[in-house]
Amino acid sequence: MHASRLQQLVFERRALLLGGLQLLAGGLLLGRMGWLALREGEMLAAAAESNRVALRLVPPRRGLLVDATGLPLAVNRPAYGVELVPSLAGDLDAALDRIGRIVPLSAEERAELRETAKGLGGSGTLRIASDIGWDAYAALNVELADMAGLQPVRTYIRHYPGGEPFAHALGYVGRPTREQWQARRDPLLLHPGFRIGKEGLERGLDQRLVGTPGAERVEVNARGRVLRQLDSRPDTPGETVRLTIDRGLQAHLGAFLGDESASVVVIDCLTGGIKCLLSMPAFDPDVFSNRIPSALWKAMQEDERKPLLPKATQGLYVPGSTFKLVTALAALAEGVPPTDSVGCGGRYTVGGRSWHCHRRGGHGTVAMERAIAVSCNVFFYATARRIGNDAVARMARLLGLGQTYEGLPIPALRAGIVPDAAWLRRRHDRDWSVADTLNTAIGQGSLFVSPLQLAVMTARIASGRIVEPALLADAPKPAFPPLPIPPDWLAVVRAGMREVVNGPGGTARSARLGIEGIELAGKTGTAQVRIITAAERRRGVRRNESLPWRLRDHGLFVGFAPVDQPRYAIAVVVEHGMSGSRAAAPVARQAMTYIFDRERAEAGLERRLAERERRRRAAEEAARRAAEEAARAAAEAAGAAPSPAGPAGGSPPAGAAAP
Amino acid sequence: MTGVLNARWPRQLVDQPWGIVLTVLALGGFGGLVLYSAAGGSFAPWAGNHLLRLAVLSGLMLAVGLAPPALWFRLAFPFYGLALLALVLVETMGAISGGAQRWLDLGIIRFQPSELMKLALVLALARVYQFLPLAYVGRLQGLWLPLLLIALPVGLVMLQPDLDSALTYVAAGVTLMFLAGLPIWHFLVPGALLAASLPLLFQLLHDYQKARILIFLDPGSDPLGAGYHITQSKIAIGSGGLTGKGFLQGSQSHLAYLPEPHTDFIFATMAEEWGLLGGLAVIAGYGILFAWGWRVAFAAAGTFQRLVAGGLTMSLFYNVLINLMMVMGLAPVAGLPLPLMSYGGSSMLTVMPALGILIGIDRENRRRAGPPELAEGWTAAPRLANRPARPTGPDA
Repeated sequence: MHASRLQQLVFERRALLLGGLQLLAGGLLLGRMGWLALREGEMLAAAAESNRVALRLVPPRRGLLVDATGLPLAVNRPAYGVELVPSLAGDLDAALDRIGRIVPLSAEERAELRETAKGLGGSGTLRIASDIGWDAYAALNVELADMAGLQPVRTYIRHYPGGEPFAHALGYVGRPTREQWQARRDPLLLHPGFRIGKEGLERGLDQRLVGTPGAERVEVNARGRVLRQLDSRPDTPGETVRLTIDRGLQAHLGAFLGDESASVVVIDCLTGGIKCLLSMPAFDPDVFSNRIPSALWKAMQEDERKPLLPKATQGLYVPGSTFKLVTALAALAEGVPPTDSVGCGGRYTVGGRSWHCHRRGGHGTVAMERAIAVSCNVFFYATARRIGNDAVARMARLLGLGQTYEGLPIPALRAGIVPDAAWLRRRHDRDWSVADTLNTAIGQGSLFVSPLQLAVMTARIASGRIVEPALLADAPKPAFPPLPIPPDWLAVVRAGMREVVNGPGGTARSARLGIEGIELAGKTGTAQVRIITAAERRRGVRRNESLPWRLRDHGLFVGFAPVDQPRYAIAVVVEHGMSGSRAAAPVARQAMTYIFDRERAEAGLERRLAERERRRRAAEEAARRAAEEAARAAAEAAGAAPSPAGPAGGSPPAGAAAP
Repeated sequence: MTGVLNARWPRQLVDQPWGIVLTVLALGGFGGLVLYSAAGGSFAPWAGNHLLRLAVLSGLMLAVGLAPPALWFRLAFPFYGLALLALVLVETMGAISGGAQRWLDLGIIRFQPSELMKLALVLALARVYQFLPLAYVGRLQGLWLPLLLIALPVGLVMLQPDLDSALTYVAAGVTLMFLAGLPIWHFLVPGALLAASLPLLFQLLHDYQKARILIFLDPGSDPLGAGYHITQSKIAIGSGGLTGKGFLQGSQSHLAYLPEPHTDFIFATMAEEWGLLGGLAVIAGYGILFAWGWRVAFAAAGTFQRLVAGGLTMSLFYNVLINLMMVMGLAPVAGLPLPLMSYGGSSMLTVMPALGILIGIDRENRRRAGPPELAEGWTAAPRLANRPARPTGPDA
């Protein structure tokens, strides 16, 4: 009993010690908690708040582009997208696998996303897809609700209601490049929803279209998911810019050209406003603004019709006979009266070498008006020699060739080449010769112009004023200074151009407008693509039709209407169209018909589309029949070989046709 | 009606330490409330299950409490043997299936032998000291059996490896030996040796365990990595302030910044919404349980009951202490839930029977020393009959 009492005493002493330690521990815990809650409470509450609340940029909605009448050309379409913060998601591949089950991602897209993710900073966001549709958006919200770093978003994507015909003029938008980010260091550039103009007007007008970003405070959970918006400062959308483009005209001509490799520029002679800046074929700007599939890009790069090249502004062509107008105006500006005539015997000889006129027998005695109407080479050879190449080059520049237009908000305009002695020395290190003068006089040689330049040139000739091209409808219109040529002399050139289309023996009679009281004037041009050797010339130049498409001549046409009161100037270049009168002039006719009599133009377009469709069907039918024929021949050959005495069936057995 | 209540079994049923039962239910119920909030204001997936478990296992606790302590005395060694066997079984099954396994699937429930051993070890050690004279406690004859009883399960769980359980066994065993009267120098010398060999032991730890300790020492070293848990837990507790952000208003838990808001870090979840006052209430609740546990131990008859009561109280205390120190950033992250409040059946399945055994000892104490009508149970009825008859009838 005593031992047991002692044991109890020991227990009680030690239990009291432990109990005391417990009390101490309890005090310690309460003290610690009080310290955290009261002493550090404010700081930790702030930490909790900064956990909870994230400040985010709201990318500004991009300004709209509308045509002269206010029809939309580039708009923002609300869309559903999905974003991912790779640093929160952990394993990017696993995350993409999970997302890929709802939003199909191609191997190529995944490779690109991985690449983009590499360049992303710590908490950078990756836009996985921009236009996934409501179903996928809803599915992502439900099925991947607790996936770390995933954020289904509502966003805007750029949409071009006019589609392909406007692709080159308007350009498209895309993610800023790493170089742009490094140059500007603007956090907006890192926002996955932000787009900048990549080409065309989208790029040229980027400053005006971009707007000012807004900001929002949002509640974010530990997985980076935005749960709700707390408050926000709205973004200021970019400016809506009204262009001089006529959406109806450009869309109409785009459909009219079809898959023709061509460009059309229409300019208002009074204002300089560009009504149509068309280059076909092109691409779908909606697709390009989202993500450019590399297979498509590659195919387009290899396409001989060059859908990636904005031909109207960056395509450079030998102007051919359309340049004869420049030579004519140069002579007038030098004081040569339009009544001076030249005798054309079919050739022009200088120092033992002959330059041919396109008409073997010659045009006889021609003055300027007639020379333009029949496009007499000899007249312009003689005229150019008389005034010298410098005068021609000067006039070419005065008419807008060999230069870019600072006022146009289009990046990467090309100046082309107006050759003169200085240029030749610089470029080829040789002296200017008479041969160069003669070649230049009829628009051959080293001359290179863009369709836009041709249209400006035509507008200046038609109006007699130095018209500056413009694309912004709301910009102030300056008064254009007149050309340094007496108006009645200039009228002679215009009369010659009228004859080209409407006169007997004109080279573009097919382009006559069938509209009462409105006549089209113009000038055709044909530019060789290949070099014709002397040997070939002796054998006889091969006809264009017998050449492969890419070796055929380019067809050009410049013109204006109405003749008596010039309002619209046009330039058309149809690549490998064989000749200006055949390929380019009908396009100009269609354009002017649309402007002055839309119903007739639409009927004409319908006929053309129906014709195209019929031809396509016929070609298909022919191809099918040829394939059938080949199959039948093969079957007969196969059937005849093993059993020469086989049954003489009316039709080959199906089994035989299969191999 | 009094007839029924005066019968033997109903009297035993009514005869409960109701204050303690209420404290247990209050702590568990508060846990349910926090779980309801942690799930974003929903009984699924945690709060509903938790409350159901609380109800069922409180029943188990009361049922265990009906058993006399003598029963536990008789069963102590068989129970220990059973728990040891289960640990071996788990170990071999884990080896066969090729992965560490800590539970046995009994079909209806998954049963974790390492939890059972916490109870069995206390009972077995207390059983040993019941007949060991104090003079022998510090000698080799009196030391080898307790040490073996502790070493066997520790060795088995270390094979798994389950360091947390091993440490719990060691703590419970050492505490029990201390209470049994082992001379103080027996603790001082090994304690000093342990302290000296800490760097060596540290090297033996797994990398993740080392990381836990290093991050505990400097949570700022990796605030978004492994130090994240401690940092976020402190933010949750501190941002609650004095009165908390209010029920269902905790952003740390609802926005998933807090890891494991329903199990290991439930105290942080609670503190964010209920503040320092909530923490005070919870700590006070546990304090009531521990104080009662010691009262039971002091009043208990015999070494066995004393040691069982003290050992179980201290076991429970260690669990609570380690969890709270962890969530407050005072101890490295350990996977120990907060008893009664955290979600999870295994933990509650150990705590409730332990409390039941305490209730059983308490009942025994009161039967011995308490007011006669309660202490002597079924013999109370004749005594009541001996009291002066109260006036009854219409003249009352």
